[in-house]
Amino acid sequence: MSDAGQTLAIETDRLTKIYGSGNTEVVAMRDVSMQVHRGEVVALLGPSGSGKSTFLTAVGLINPPTSGRVLIGGKLVVEGDVPHTNLRSFRRRHLGFVFQKSNLIPFLSARENVQIAMQLNGDSPKQARARAQELLDYLGVGDRGESLPSMLSGGQQQRVAVARALANHPSVILADEPTAALDSHRGRQVMELFAKVAHEQQAAVIVVTHDHRSLDVFDTRYEMEDGLMRLAQS
Amino acid sequence: MNLALKDIRYSFGRFALTTLGVGMLLMVVMGMGGIYRGVIEDATLLIDRVDADLWIVQRDTRGPFAEVSRVPPSLVHRATAVPGVASAREFVYHTIQRERNGKPLRIAVMGLSWPTDKGDWIALTGGRALRQNHFEMIANESLGLPVGHRIKLGQETYTVVGTTNNMIGSSGDGMAFVTVRDAQAIQFDVPGEAVRLERAARESRARRFDLVAQQPMLLANTQRPGGELPAVARPGLSAVMVSLKPDADADVVADIIGGWGDVSVYTSDGQRELLLKGTVEKIKRQIGLFRVLLTVIAAIIMALILYTMTLDKIHSIALLKLIGAPNTVILSLILQQALLLGAFGFAIAYLVGQKVFPMFPRRVLVTQPDLIQLAAIVLGISILSSVLGIWKALRISPNEALS
Repeated sequence: MSDAGQTLAIETDRLTKIYGSGNTEVVAMRDVSMQVHRGEVVALLGPSGSGKSTFLTAVGLINPPTSGRVLIGGKLVVEGDVPHTNLRSFRRRHLGFVFQKSNLIPFLSARENVQIAMQLNGDSPKQARARAQELLDYLGVGDRGESLPSMLSGGQQQRVAVARALANHPSVILADEPTAALDSHRGRQVMELFAKVAHEQQAAVIVVTHDHRSLDVFDTRYEMEDGLMRLAQS
Repeated sequence: MNLALKDIRYSFGRFALTTLGVGMLLMVVMGMGGIYRGVIEDATLLIDRVDADLWIVQRDTRGPFAEVSRVPPSLVHRATAVPGVASAREFVYHTIQRERNGKPLRIAVMGLSWPTDKGDWIALTGGRALRQNHFEMIANESLGLPVGHRIKLGQETYTVVGTTNNMIGSSGDGMAFVTVRDAQAIQFDVPGEAVRLERAARESRARRFDLVAQQPMLLANTQRPGGELPAVARPGLSAVMVSLKPDADADVVADIIGGWGDVSVYTSDGQRELLLKGTVEKIKRQIGLFRVLLTVIAAIIMALILYTMTLDKIHSIALLKLIGAPNTVILSLILQQALLLGAFGFAIAYLVGQKVFPMFPRRVLVTQPDLIQLAAIVLGISILSSVLGIWKALRISPNEALS
């Protein structure tokens, strides 16, 4: 952890996720507790099936845990599978997502993909358009704003996805293997981008990754195996 | 940002083809409604156009349209003498089928009561009304008989002196107007051989009477035309049409004429009802039910199309949910596309129908109230058929964006 004195962005307390029941019961995540501060970039490592994505979807308020608590910005959001707020609205205002595949909406241009996130949050089209262009410029794809996702390279698509994740000034950015579809050079660029965003915009960033070549950009590294999480050795 | 329009623009070709398909389907629904309306209009057109207040027909029949009616020609004069009657006209109406250029030509022949009725009430598209009491004809355009065309019917040749349109019999055949006498001549045309046989039969029957033995000259009468024989009645009429004076009470006049033992009397509304509830009732119901069936099928097809369109967007919808889009945004996306599909489909149906319907052999009458009704139905279908897509969209988990 880079600075334990900073504001807590995410706190999980004994998160457990169990799929199925009886003979088919699978414990995907067991008693996972973690704290991430604003401005901190965290890598989550581990083999396939270790529970990384399960953890990410629980923290991302997409797939509720079976038990345990999720607090974001000090607010209790989920306790077990019981939401304590409107999760969709909360996601929109506080969380940003980046995935393995860029996951842009295919019928919207790069700028519109960023703009829609802000308009859904209540920004006027004019404001949203201006900020979307600003974000694309910041991420180095400002000249591709009117292009459809299908006309962008994988790296450009990921940058647009990062821009969308940043659109509403989220306190938390969650990325699930964002460099898996990129070459090592572009993968490194994206990882450095997350670090830049975390430090400049004071967002907590959790990145699930298999890519060990860019681990030096992370402030903290966790490893997961068989649903258990532990702090990784530097 | 209008997501529905953005998505349509992105996959415009597919949306255009789908809309075209829906439009064609709606055109069939619209056409069925038009055929239904055309059947009703054609059936009652003649009653409306001839503008008679009362119809006098054979006693206890529902003639002259719903069933055969025969009344004597003298009934015209009896009716004219009734207080309150302005005029009475003979009504002769029958359908004939001839062959022309190797194709069947069906003509609904109506007799005009010369000289009081020369067809001036018929809206002509060319030529003129009748000017002589024989061998002239006004023909509906659908018969394909232009002004100046000559056609042989029965023993005589008739010249088309005027054309009209939208004058269709209840069976959908184009109408031709000639004088009553000509209409009867066409209807009761008898081949020469049949005339000769009839004369021989008359002579044979006459020889059995003592009177002929005493006055052999009477036998000469048997060779005269049937219409000239004093003992043979003139051919009957189908009905007599009565026009009332402006101040006359139709019920009173109808009561007087209805009191005669040999006839029944109907108002124009009564005739219209007899037609609609009799002659065209089954075809009307058949087309009506088929139209309902087509509407249901259109609704099912539209629902499936919208459901498929939603399935194609599952990933985008999941993504929208993941980034926090409220359900109203997703609902609006699907509903707007459903409404656009319905609206464009309706417009295509109307525009293509305007070009296609006139080519149909029977009239396809698309009226404004029917268009408004169909538009409302399409609106309802669009909303209802989007329910399946909306149901699917609301069940999509944001998790699907990650897969």
